[in-house]
Amino acid sequence: MVDHRLVYLDSQATTKLDPRVLDTMMPFLTEDYGNAASRSHDFGWVAEKAVDHARETLAAGLGAKGREIVFTSGATESNNLAILGAARMYQGKGKHLISAPTEHKAVIDPLKRLESEGWEITWLDVDAQGRIDLDQLRSAIRPDTVLVSLMHGNNEIGTLHPIAEIGAICREAGVLFHTDATQTFGKEEINVEAMHIDLLSASGHKMYGPKGVGLLYVRRRNPRVRLEPIQFGGGHERGMRSGTLNVPGIVGFGRALELCLENRAEEQARMAALRDRLQQRLESELDFVQVNGDQEHRLAVNLNISFAYIEGESLIMGIPGIAVSSGSACTSASLEPSYVLRAMGVGDDLAHSSIRFGVSRFTTEDEIDYAADRVIAAVRRLREMSPLYEMALEGIDLNSVQWQGH
Amino acid sequence: MVYSEKVIDHYENPRNVGSLDKDAENVGTGVVGAPECGDVMKLQIQVEDGVITDAKFKTFGCGSAIASSSLATEWLKGRKIDDAGTIKNSDIAEELALPPVKIHCSVLAEDAIRQAIADFQSKQAQPAEAPASEEAPAS
Ligand SMILES: Cc1ncc(COP(=O)(O)O)c(C=O)c1O
Repeated sequence: MVDHRLVYLDSQATTKLDPRVLDTMMPFLTEDYGNAASRSHDFGWVAEKAVDHARETLAAGLGAKGREIVFTSGATESNNLAILGAARMYQGKGKHLISAPTEHKAVIDPLKRLESEGWEITWLDVDAQGRIDLDQLRSAIRPDTVLVSLMHGNNEIGTLHPIAEIGAICREAGVLFHTDATQTFGKEEINVEAMHIDLLSASGHKMYGPKGVGLLYVRRRNPRVRLEPIQFGGGHERGMRSGTLNVPGIVGFGRALELCLENRAEEQARMAALRDRLQQRLESELDFVQVNGDQEHRLAVNLNISFAYIEGESLIMGIPGIAVSSGSACTSASLEPSYVLRAMGVGDDLAHSSIRFGVSRFTTEDEIDYAADRVIAAVRRLREMSPLYEMALEGIDLNSVQWQGH
Repeated sequence: MVYSEKVIDHYENPRNVGSLDKDAENVGTGVVGAPECGDVMKLQIQVEDGVITDAKFKTFGCGSAIASSSLATEWLKGRKIDDAGTIKNSDIAEELALPPVKIHCSVLAEDAIRQAIADFQSKQAQPAEAPASEEAPAS
């Protein structure tokens, strides 16, 4: 029933599987179907060898060793294993953890779970750009702090945290540092040694790999990090994550990273130029727009922008075929607009008006121009219909109006 | 979100978008909702000899909110002012086949109708002393 042009601009939600990744995976979905844990026959050896190769590739991409990689089903599981696993393993030291309110739910919810079990969580403040204050982090660390969990690149607003500085602070204070690098692995420079990272989560499907595979980097030296497993069984992945390995997924994940690293700088620059082109058009051809997130320290692919006086879901409805996401309540299951924007102090009115665009390896300039045309036309049309836009043009201060909320 | 065809139709071809002179004697205005809640509806009626001869709306909100207010103006036009209050949110929700999470849009439309009627009636009760400048009159 789709009768319009499809343009995918939601690359922070997921990315298209690169056809070259699929080619690499295909044998392991067909003839080479062995279990990597089968040590007694060729099928198993072939699978194990392929997994080892991917493990070494992925580890090298982090400046780590193969033995420090634990394969998981995705970043949600990696985050859960890192946070629940470290907190429970080291509870003898204390029951205090530090994070920030702009983290992905896959970090926030395990932390809340621990909170309900008696742990104490310090949620650092973020500024209007979504950045934390390093001095506040320093002073939040206590003798009973076990873990600091702060993401690398934010999935909604694209803001990058200074993870090298955070890592140095944590190392000096002797607390573990976990970072959710789901949005940055293969894109931004990451080195677990230079950045003093102890635990790191990543996911295949955000980097043109398959869905259902992720990794957790677990430091083995200086210090050696141990985790209490969250699932039990055959003792795979050095006992930290039991379960038959997803061989095709892991092979694809490894190949996906190779492709990302092949010409990372060039690709990042190309995507940033497309993102900037989109931003430039929206900002120059529309009034009352606000870009959310840090303009300098941000993902090359991300543009989060609020079109004041129109509601995000109505805008999405006006651009059928263009795949974007909204920070408005109406599109999500929850009743509140984006908690990330709220934590940054963006008003709920502008949060309801926010749209996230994400470019990818496969985005073309023509698609950007088409999307910009369509979005601009839809915003103009909806503003003609908006009582708020009318009031704004009349010079009425919307904050002074006595609204009848419900 | 999957929308009904009627919601899409009203969203794509909204009826009666616009504004009437809110200070006019024979115009009643209702403004309901709040920007922080993600929806604000302004609904206006123009009344001549007890009959609603024109109705206009402007809405900030999702597609269902736009459709609810668009439909409301369609139903209001030509109605006797005394009957206007009989339009119920459940009628709007049913006509547009709104899913449960969007029922509040139809409730808002009903509120807007009531406010517009009340505003019109208050002008008739005490003519010539337009209180002015209240964008969102209390009901
Ligand atoms: C920052 C971040 N962390 C974690 C996740 C969850 O990843 P996965 O889908 O692999 O479980 C996502 C993706 O939604 C993400 O963007």
